[in-house]
Amino acid sequence: MKSILHLLEGDQTLGRGPRFWCTALVVLVGALVFGGLASSFAVDTASYFLVWVFMALGLALMWGLSGTLSFGQTAFFGLGGYCYAIVATNFGPDNGLTLVALLLSVFLVAVIAAIVGLFMFFGGARGVFVSIITLAISLSLETFLSQTAGPQWKLGSALIGGFNGITSMPPITIPWFGSDYEVTGRAFYYAIVAVLVLTYLALRIVGNSRFGDAMVAVRENPRRAEALGYNVKAVLLAAFVLGSSLAGVSGVAFTTWGLYVSPDTMGLAAAAMPIVWTAVSGKDLTATFIGTILLLALSQTLAIYGSQYAYVALGVVLIASVLTCPEGIVEKAMRLSLSQSGPGNKVRTTSRARWRNA
Amino acid sequence: MDIASLVLQFGSTAAFLLLSAVGLAVIFGMMGVVNLAHGELIMLGAYGTCLSYSHGLPLAAAMICGVGLATLAGMILEATIIRRLYGRPAESLVVTWAVGLIVSQGTLIILGPSLPSIPTPFGSFVLGTKSFSAYRIVLIAASVLSLLAVHFLLKRTRFGLHARATMQNPEIARAIGIDNAKIYRWTFALGSALAGVTGALYAPTMSIVPTMGGSFIVQAFVTVVTGGGNLLYGTLPAASGLGFIQTALTAAFGNLLGVLGLLAAVIVSAGVLPNGLAYYLSGKRVS
Repeated sequence: MKSILHLLEGDQTLGRGPRFWCTALVVLVGALVFGGLASSFAVDTASYFLVWVFMALGLALMWGLSGTLSFGQTAFFGLGGYCYAIVATNFGPDNGLTLVALLLSVFLVAVIAAIVGLFMFFGGARGVFVSIITLAISLSLETFLSQTAGPQWKLGSALIGGFNGITSMPPITIPWFGSDYEVTGRAFYYAIVAVLVLTYLALRIVGNSRFGDAMVAVRENPRRAEALGYNVKAVLLAAFVLGSSLAGVSGVAFTTWGLYVSPDTMGLAAAAMPIVWTAVSGKDLTATFIGTILLLALSQTLAIYGSQYAYVALGVVLIASVLTCPEGIVEKAMRLSLSQSGPGNKVRTTSRARWRNA
Repeated sequence: MDIASLVLQFGSTAAFLLLSAVGLAVIFGMMGVVNLAHGELIMLGAYGTCLSYSHGLPLAAAMICGVGLATLAGMILEATIIRRLYGRPAESLVVTWAVGLIVSQGTLIILGPSLPSIPTPFGSFVLGTKSFSAYRIVLIAASVLSLLAVHFLLKRTRFGLHARATMQNPEIARAIGIDNAKIYRWTFALGSALAGVTGALYAPTMSIVPTMGGSFIVQAFVTVVTGGGNLLYGTLPAASGLGFIQTALTAAFGNLLGVLGLLAAVIVSAGVLPNGLAYYLSGKRVS
């Protein structure tokens, strides 16, 4: 147990020492207090931001450590969302069956990601080809789902609904001493904070484990990694399945948050979003976590105040940040503040190697 | 449906795939840049055509204006942004996506939600029981012609020789006096011009809206994934193969299964030929 907790800090993740963890704790306490005190609209908005972080963290792990840039995050996001919508509509809200729908959806996403990954990695696709194949999958899935309007597209009692998507599935419902408890509003917020914190800590452990080192070895030099006895294809596949499953978690969470899922979540604009978050923030887990929330808040503010100029402004921000700060704005800021606090030399050496091959 | 109209249907589908993909394939195959703003360059080609047509130019001249607009936009894009991102495919993906966003939203802001459409030229003819626009024949011919022209340019001219040398080994090419930056600049311009050609050719057949690039980009990527970076060994067989699958399935089972079949074919080909058809047909990744 102690050795596992030891892996919370390491070369593959930024942030170490009491100062970092105290700050993290303060942020967590702040988030918990916010959930109790803020207006219910603000809490719902915060939940909306947090929902997407799983997908971004999954991509940060896949892209940052194993070097696989997947455009398929939204495909798996949509699959997770649709699967939850269909299963939950059919099972109904009673007897805790929505929890079964949740687990089933994430499991299904993992299985499909494994099949796609098997085809790609064991077929020999690497690098930018993986990006294009996953993009084609996302876009094709969107095209397919957009055409599923009409009564003939029905799984059980759930209409798939074409462009309009599926609405009014039951939220996550927990049976509680006879009366059912719907996880919505503030309860949903606390649930998502809890799951997110656990996911974040678990991913830090994964990143600093031997598997994390193997992913970095594969990213830096696949041939040398293979010569050293690593199974390169299996490492890439495992990273892909893990990252894609997290996108599935986001999809399920999004669907239970808004009780709505549509093919829009898989279009070209949507498919690029997680990549944008990760690229602008930096591919470190913590940097992506912070940056995703900041960027979501920014695009929402722009959408409210910028009306039709919102997209233009968003595009300009992205271009400027990639051109001026290729290692990611949040990651750079974190590195600056961390190097002031003492440790982090070792982190900087690995990161230099990381950017050489990014 | 009789054989002749099926063949025509197949030709149209394959031509659409080919024209969507050819510019993207040049830029991706030669430079390794995945240009997500490709659809927006096509859109600019159509907009240039449509705007000059509505200002009284004859259609052919308007199309040349459209191609010019897309080429110019591509060259500006290369000079300001893309050239900083060579050798960084992931960053170029993010940035070209952002460029596409700005261009399509900017077009919406400046020119409004749509332009008046151009009437399809050349009338129509009847084949079997169905009526077809004669312009389809032009599109099929244009797709083949543009492919041959690019192939000739890359294989038979000094520019093509230098471009292929740069692509295979930039350092050695530079050592023997080839200006890499210049080659990249003109290759990107060529890809953008091809996008403009696609936009100009399809302008009389579609509604001219700022998001029209989106209807090409899926087909473009699907074709490039299946084909790989080479035009003659990759893009052409991929477009024909995918066009054949889609047409056959559409004729037999309807539109939906046609699209589904396309998707299935792409996923299967990703598994069987992960580096694209070109890799296996020509024995190497690039032309």
